[in-house]
This record gives sequence, structure tokens and C-alpha cells, in this order.
Amino acid sequence: MTQPEVIEYTLNNGLKVLLKPIHTAPVVSSWIWYRVGGRNEVPGKTGISHWVEHMMFKGTPTFPKGTIMLEVNRNGGVLNGFTGQDYTAYFEILPADRLDLALRIESDRMANSVFDPQEVASERTVIISEREGNENNPEWALYEEVMATAFRVHPYGHMVIGWKDDLHNITRDDLYHHYKMYYGPHNAVLIVVGDIDVPRVQARVEELFGPIPAGPPPPPVQVKEPPQQSERRLVLRKPGTAAYFHAAYHACAGTDDDAYAMLMLEAVLSGASFGGGVATHRSARLYKALVETEIAAHVSAHFQPSIDPAPIHFSGVVRAGRTLAEFEAALEREITRLLEEPPTEAELNRVKKQTRAQFAYTIERVSNQAQWLGYMEMLGDWRYFDTYADRLAAVTPADVQRVAQKYLRPENRTVGWFEPRNDRDEG
Amino acid sequence: MNLQFTRFTLSNGLELIVKENHFAQSVVVRGYIPGGANLDTANQAGRASFAAQAMRRGAGRRTFAEINEAVEAVGASVYVNAGRHTVGFGGKSLAEDFSLLVEILSDILQAPTFPPAEIEKLRGQIITSLQEDEDDTRSVAQRLFRELLYGPDHPYGRPVDGTLTTVPRLTRDDLLTFYRRLHPHGGAVVVVGDIQPQAVYEALEQTLAGWRPDQPPPADDLPPVSPPATAVRQVRAMPQKSQADLVLGWIGPSRQADDYYAALVADTILGHLGLGGRIGRTVRDEHGMAYYARSALYGGPGPGPWFVYAGVNPAGLDRAVELILEETRRFRESPVTGQELEDAQSFLTGVLPLQMESNEGVASTLLDMHLYNLGDDFITRYPALIRGVTVDDVQAVAQKYLSEEWYALSIAGPVNS
Repeated sequence: MTQPEVIEYTLNNGLKVLLKPIHTAPVVSSWIWYRVGGRNEVPGKTGISHWVEHMMFKGTPTFPKGTIMLEVNRNGGVLNGFTGQDYTAYFEILPADRLDLALRIESDRMANSVFDPQEVASERTVIISEREGNENNPEWALYEEVMATAFRVHPYGHMVIGWKDDLHNITRDDLYHHYKMYYGPHNAVLIVVGDIDVPRVQARVEELFGPIPAGPPPPPVQVKEPPQQSERRLVLRKPGTAAYFHAAYHACAGTDDDAYAMLMLEAVLSGASFGGGVATHRSARLYKALVETEIAAHVSAHFQPSIDPAPIHFSGVVRAGRTLAEFEAALEREITRLLEEPPTEAELNRVKKQTRAQFAYTIERVSNQAQWLGYMEMLGDWRYFDTYADRLAAVTPADVQRVAQKYLRPENRTVGWFEPRNDRDEG
Repeated sequence: MNLQFTRFTLSNGLELIVKENHFAQSVVVRGYIPGGANLDTANQAGRASFAAQAMRRGAGRRTFAEINEAVEAVGASVYVNAGRHTVGFGGKSLAEDFSLLVEILSDILQAPTFPPAEIEKLRGQIITSLQEDEDDTRSVAQRLFRELLYGPDHPYGRPVDGTLTTVPRLTRDDLLTFYRRLHPHGGAVVVVGDIQPQAVYEALEQTLAGWRPDQPPPADDLPPVSPPATAVRQVRAMPQKSQADLVLGWIGPSRQADDYYAALVADTILGHLGLGGRIGRTVRDEHGMAYYARSALYGGPGPGPWFVYAGVNPAGLDRAVELILEETRRFRESPVTGQELEDAQSFLTGVLPLQMESNEGVASTLLDMHLYNLGDDFITRYPALIRGVTVDDVQAVAQKYLSEEWYALSIAGPVNS
């Protein structure tokens, strides 16, 4: 089935709009993406983008506290928001005839969120609670430690939720300043996919978003992570019941030509990961080498395309009775194998078919389409979504070996071990 | 909303429900057969789950690795798992690969080989996963809550995945015994996607009709539940953690109870609407005590739990419990407002088109309609079932289920036990 075209245009105030009419179900998904996230944060203010996202549910004069989610629910819809390193996104999924509510909410809170000091205070403890929930998870704790070690200057080295001291210190004015700096039509993309009448939606978008004034362009992120010169290793020892491994090798930006080869490398090692609710890791190399051999209970490789260069991750949980050293040695053998010989054509063809299937599953939901268009637009261009499968299909075995040799070098990695400590044994 | 589908019965008794959707390139299969963790004794906890997962570890002429190769090569997936009353199975593929999906699912259901080496690998993975759960405050709190609520002698009081005591002792024979009790009669399979109903019927009749086990299907005789007589509380100290998880709740209605829809509306008001309903508004929004604080109603074939759960800083734990008890007391003692009722009803009926957008959503709905005997016109009747709930009905279920005499409370985290 051929996909409908995306209609792209920009309002006078700079708001970029992408509309994609799909009439297969009476459903519409509306997304607004802001080009701000952990990447735009400075030391002392980490976590501020995510906190602003929370405050966007705390009300405007038109939609007071508590009414934004409720209004969407009572119209048969759901909504949420999330913050990444490169973006902050908000979405509503609604019955098609209720789209106007989403447009009214998003145009309103783009400029009119109030940031009541009392609400800031109560949200501070909510966010600290969110962080403490993450801290409970040893895999998360190890990930935070590895990233903080892998990055010395670039903000990708801190988690999107931020350091706990920063969460204690950020003020209401800090938050409001951040909001005013990054939220506005000049720094946002609106995406509506689903059962829509395009001219009507265009008219409403102009009415609701058109009057919002553009602000000055936000400051660019200029910091660059210097090339890593030597291997970094860390051991996190905490009470726990299982051992975890996490290694991060610095790699490339999502817009780099190498990115597609990195995605293929990831897929050869642990299955294609385009989504669609289908896992394809059990016929991939790492599962065979670490799980089938009973060294690991889980293992995965993961490369997430991002604006600035980000690592490829190798992580997993060691099987009861086995050791982190065995895990690392088995992983090392698989990496060495890729350095020494390219993957086979057959392996790449598998991954390409997996990706084609996952792509087909993914586009079956209008909200998935809107999310992918938004994510790709944050990286640089929504059209990457349309060409993604073709770009992957063009990757050759030699490309995969070349990027393996370029990035998977010991001096380019940070290796973290989580060693569980049994406090009862220590008495 | 109307939902057109085609129904068949295979010659071995398995029901087949097919829904065409030619807008999508995928096919989704979801099925179940009667018999799950309810057939396990306390000493065998985890047997059904272990056996169901083991069915996928070698079947027909294929090894586990060969099943993975075949399925994943085309970007498809296949699963088998055990619930409390059923074994669930299914998968997803592009329409062009549907015959492979049928062939492999059919092998897994009819001819699992239970290779001893694969059973040991799987056992190790289950044990590691149970050990990870032991270090997870949310999992520990949920497990303690079920034990308190139903008691360790009731199947609902035990974890479906088993325990670190039972799983190491389960034998291959135990798994085979469980498998041999499974029977297609009473089960159903739903297929949704870019397919033709008659062709699906013919394919399944050809591959599955020969599956006729010797034993009759297992009886689903759930022992009666006997809730605690007073408030009971259990705490697991996990001093290494930053946050404590709590679960506070009661035994709710089954999916087929007359007042299930009243409870569904009530639960939506109590712990869902907006940012976690009344519970979320008090605990998160007003007091800033938790990132998540909401309620859940399980329903299911028997009386599943109805509970509130939250993750809180240990310093605020007692206060959070007080606030939750105050909210549930208010819920029993005063009727909800007409506006709250209207909001919940509008949400539950309005969200239906969203749930039915994907093949998975349609397949799950059709399977539930079969499992709970909801009738072929369920989707058409659903809005009236929800709209028919009154303010008095909501208060009645609150008073009936959210008892003031007793509750079960479990806590896991950096607190003193």
C-alpha cells in the first residue's frame, strides 16, 4: 500500500507543521516537539528540561491545574509527554472528531503555562521520587555511572532526569526562564497524523498557533566531546541479586553516513530494532554466543541515532552462577569476530527483511507514524523516516566491518560492571 | 461501533475467530487454551509458566534455534505463555509469511519436544529473572500483597512464575504432565489482518485438527477465596534502595460479575482519570509524594485483586498510606459527583476506537469476548453497559469491595520490617 504524502509548511512565526492524512481508522494523533532536552543543559541545572515537561501539565489560565489530562480523557483520548536528550515531545491520541482539543491545549501551553511556585515545590518531590525509583534499579544505576564516565564535557553524560543535587537547587525562575527560552513556535514542530480534513486543520493551526510570537533563537549547543584516548573502567558495588554489564563505545551522530552501518551492526549482533512489537534478537549473534551458552540471561547491543555523536551500548545480565569476566570475554570474542571478518550477505538480508516487517507493523498506528516523523525531524529531517529502510538496505557487509573497526576499539570504550554485594554475607 | 468477524469451529473443538483488515500488511494471531497456573500445587508453583515457555524450545522437526531462525528471518514473532487460568499463544507476521506462522504455532501446540538441555537453559533464565525480581521493590511488594490477600494456599496467592524454591525442583516430567493436560476444546484462536477467513479456516483445520489429546480438558475449579479478617500488613526491608513501593488493596469482582462494569467505572474515578484519578491527585499532585500513585482492577476469570499502588520516599511512607486510606474511606462514604461519573463514562466509551486501531487491539478484544463469554454483539452493547452505571452503583461497589474492616498492605524498600 502506498503511503499518503506528508504536507509540510511553516507558519510566519516559524512553527513547522507536518500533516499526514490517513483514513483507515477514526483516530488522530497530534504531537508537538520542542528542540530541547538533556543536551541543552548546563552543569548545576541538569534535569531542568524534564522538569519543565512536568510543569506543562500543571496548568495555564485557560486550562487550570488538573484539567489538561482530564479534558483529554473525557473526550476519549490519552496524552502524555516525554523528554529525551535531544527533544521534548507531547502527544494526544483522540477520536478523530476531537482533534481541536489537542490543538487548543498545545497552542495554549506553548506560551501560557503558569509555573506556580507552589506547584514547582510539589513537583520537585515528585521528580526526586521519579529519580529514586530509577535508582532502585541496578541496571539504571550502572548506566548512569557508565555515561557519566564516558562523557567528560558533553551533556549526554548526565541522565535526562538530572543529578539529585540539581533537582534540589533548581528554582522556579530557572524553570520559567528555560521554558521561555526554548518553548515557542520558532523551536517547535507540530505533527498531526490520522483521519483529518487537511484544509480545516490548516485553518485551525493558523488560528491557534499563528498569533504566538516567535522568540529569539535559543543558544546553540557547541560543546564537543573530545576523542577518548584510553579505555575507562568502573565497578559499581552495591547490594543486589544479579550482576550486570554495560559497555559504551563512542560512535557517530544520527545524521552521519556511518549511522546506518551502525544500525546494521547493532542488528547483526542483536536483531533489528525498528520496533513494531517484534523482537528479533534470539537468532542474532550475541544471543547465540552469550545466552545459548548460558553465560548471560539477557544481552543486547543498542545504537540510538542522536543529534550529536552518541555511543553504541552493549549490556546484559549475567546468569546466576556465571561471572562478569566470562560475560565480557564472550562479548569481546563476538566483537573481534566482526573486526576480523565482515558479516555475511545472508545475515544482512535477514536484517533487511526484519526491518521491512517492523516498518510495516509500525506504520499501522497513526501515533507511531507521528512519533517517528517527529523523532527524525529532531535529528534533522523527517524524510529520514521515508528513506530509512532504503538507506539500511544500501549498507554492505564491508560497511559494517569498517564501522566496527572505526568505533569498536578498546581505547574508545567505557566498561562498567555491577557487582552485587550480599550484605547478609558480610554480616 | 460495530465489529464484523467470522467464526468457525475446528473439528477438535477449538474455536476460530477471523477479522479481516486489509489496511494493514500484518497478521496478528492470539489464542488461548484452558489450564494455567491454577493447575499447579503450592510445591509446583511456576510449573505452568515453565512448561508453556518450554513448548517453544523445540517442536516438530525444529530445535529452539531453528524456530528462532525461521521466525525471526522474516521479522515475525511467536510466543507461548501461561496465565492464571490459561495458556496463551500467538504471534505476528507479514501477511505473506502467515503460513510459516501457522506451521510453527501448530508444531509448538501439538508437538513440543521438551529437549532436556533446553529445559535447563530456560530454568537458568527463569531463576536469574526471579533473583532480579527479589531485588526489585515493585515486584517484591506485589508478591507480598498477593500472599497476604489470598494466602499462600490459594493459587491466586502465588506468583505465576514460581519461586526460587519451586523452580529449581521442577522436573521435565512435571512439565510434560502439565502439557498433556492441555486440550483445544474450550479454547479459541483469533486471527486479525490482511487475510481471507475461509483460507485461514482451511489452513488451521489442516494443521490443528489432528490435535486431539487423550485426556479431557482440565476442570477450572478455583478454591473459594477467604480474605483477611482485619487489616494485615507485611514489610520487606531492602535497605539498599532509595524508594519504597507499597500496594494496598482488596479482592475485587471477576470479569463476569454483574457489578464488574460498576467497578470498572469506579476504578477509573479512583485511580485513572487525569493523572491517576483521586489517588493520583491527592498523593502526587497535591502532596508531591510520588511519581506514580494509582489504582488497578484486574477482573479475570476469578476474583482478581483491586488495589492502589505507589512508589514513595521512605520518609513519606506512613503519610502516603494514610492519604490512600482516607481517599478510599471517602470513596465508600460519599457518592462520586455526577461530573466524575460522566467523565469516567466518556473516557471508557470514547477510548474504544483507539483500542481498536491496531490488529493487536482488535485481537485482544475478540479473545476476551470469547474467554469471558461476552457475546458477539459486545462491542455494540459496551457503551450502554458503561452508561448504565449510576452514582449509586459506584458507591455500592466501593462499599462491597473496598472493605473498611480489612485490607492488605505490603511495603518493600528502605524501611524497617
